[in-house]
Amino acid sequence: MTAPDSPVELESQFAQWRRYVQRRRELAQPDADELEDHLRGSVDALVAAGLSTDEAFLVAVKRMGSLDELSREFAREHSERLWKQLVLTGSGTVDARSRRDLRALVLCAVGAAVSVRVPELFGVSLEHDGAFYGPNVGVLVLPWLAGFLAWRRQVRRPLLGVLVALFMLGAVAANVYPLAETSQSVVLTSIHLPIALWLVVGLAYAGDEWCSPRRRMDFIRFTGEWFVYFVLLALGGGVLIAFTAGTFKAIGIDPEVFLAQWLLPCGAAAGVVVAAWLVEAKQNVVENIAPVLTRLFTPLFTAVLLAFLVAVVWTSSGIDVEREALILFDLLLVVVLGLLLYSISARDPLAPAGPFDRLQLALVVSALAIDVLVLLEITGRITEFGTTPNKAAALGENILLLANLAWSAWLLLGLARRRTPFAALERWQTGYLPVYAAWAWIVVLAFPPLFGHV
Amino acid sequence: MKVAKDLVAASATPMVLGILAEGESYGYAILKRIHELSGGELDWTEGLLYPLLHRLERLGCVEATWRSATGERRRKYYRITDKGRAELAEQRRQWDTVVGALRDIWLDPHDRGTLPAIPLEGLA
Repeated sequence: MTAPDSPVELESQFAQWRRYVQRRRELAQPDADELEDHLRGSVDALVAAGLSTDEAFLVAVKRMGSLDELSREFAREHSERLWKQLVLTGSGTVDARSRRDLRALVLCAVGAAVSVRVPELFGVSLEHDGAFYGPNVGVLVLPWLAGFLAWRRQVRRPLLGVLVALFMLGAVAANVYPLAETSQSVVLTSIHLPIALWLVVGLAYAGDEWCSPRRRMDFIRFTGEWFVYFVLLALGGGVLIAFTAGTFKAIGIDPEVFLAQWLLPCGAAAGVVVAAWLVEAKQNVVENIAPVLTRLFTPLFTAVLLAFLVAVVWTSSGIDVEREALILFDLLLVVVLGLLLYSISARDPLAPAGPFDRLQLALVVSALAIDVLVLLEITGRITEFGTTPNKAAALGENILLLANLAWSAWLLLGLARRRTPFAALERWQTGYLPVYAAWAWIVVLAFPPLFGHV
Repeated sequence: MKVAKDLVAASATPMVLGILAEGESYGYAILKRIHELSGGELDWTEGLLYPLLHRLERLGCVEATWRSATGERRRKYYRITDKGRAELAEQRRQWDTVVGALRDIWLDPHDRGTLPAIPLEGLA
């Protein structure tokens, strides 16, 4: 016998063993307890037979066989455990915190749903006043989402004040200018104000650490997952609406007004908050899906862009740049940026550059090449025919995205040549977020007076 | 001699139900009992026993409770249910048939002569 056996030592061995077992998803906590009891039974018997506790423990563990084999056997009986389940309600293990979460969620979701209908009390019609609802939808719904997140993060008072001030600024921007329903500025505000306010939501999401690149990257991840969940909820809502419409029509009641005026807008508003709650609740439960989609589509988009470039050179035809085309190419840059962002969000910061990084470089460079062609064309147009709010906004966005992607390409090149660390790329992207916010606010606040409210 | 894995697996359910029919028990004790009964010839692992117990629990053949008997650790005790007894009776009937048939073949050398080789080949 080497060292004096102590119960303390044995307990620490059991604790270590328990940690190993708990890492196995196939073995739930009660199973681990049961197996530990078994192990203790074996150890006791072996000690009674004359072994030291150390030896007894080793022999008992050895007899139990490898954990791999054990978990495989358990998995055959409990295959459902391999599918991680998101427990929403019901089970007795729901703790006080998640119950409070649920209450806050219901409050905020109902608040968002009701807010959408509140303007009707003041004679604004959801059906006819698009000029009101377009710019205001973000102002009505997103404060509830920001409130939910701020509540979860327990943000401090000064930041809370900033959040409230920014949403009020948004409300002012949406309503202060006398814009006609058909004006370009109404459309621009309807697009840019929600973006600006979404970044305010990001402020609530990051809480007091909004300066930290890690938290900003978390918000980018959150945005991607939120989008995926929102689309899933929307699909479910679509099925609900289809069945409501079909079944009620069958008995001679036309539910169209209810569906269009109540269920759809209120459901969508509540869905914004519910999707956020789902992302928060399932953070540790389900793999992030946005990076997976990115992996699948990056090669395909690269192939399409390269094919397009080859076709442009081959046919030597200029790009026919109408306004729609410029917006299309803006969206293309947004997609490329999204592909870049979400693969960054899932990448191990310390991993060396691999083939996928080079593929991304190809994607970004081909997108840049296409965009330069488009920009050359469009600036010619603007100098020739003068500018409108739409053109100015589209051009500004194009330049913003171009600058972002150009520097990203440079950093990716450095990464591929192993000169730049990956963190530089991450810092660049997270540092760029305020630029988007600033631009969105400029479009919302400065464009209408600048262009004479057209 | 060790009993083949397939045979261990096939006899696992009636073995566990049979032991639980003697009285409620827990995993380690069940395994020890099997060891005693077979004189150490039946090679049971934890990976066989516990998933089987959980399956029987899911099927309603046994009930499980966590509690601590006087002076003992907290354990998961298993108790056979009425459904489990019915299952055991059914399994027992089947095993009696198999064992009876095998005994007839092996213990009746006067009628049958030596082990019949040709029919066995036909079965394989």
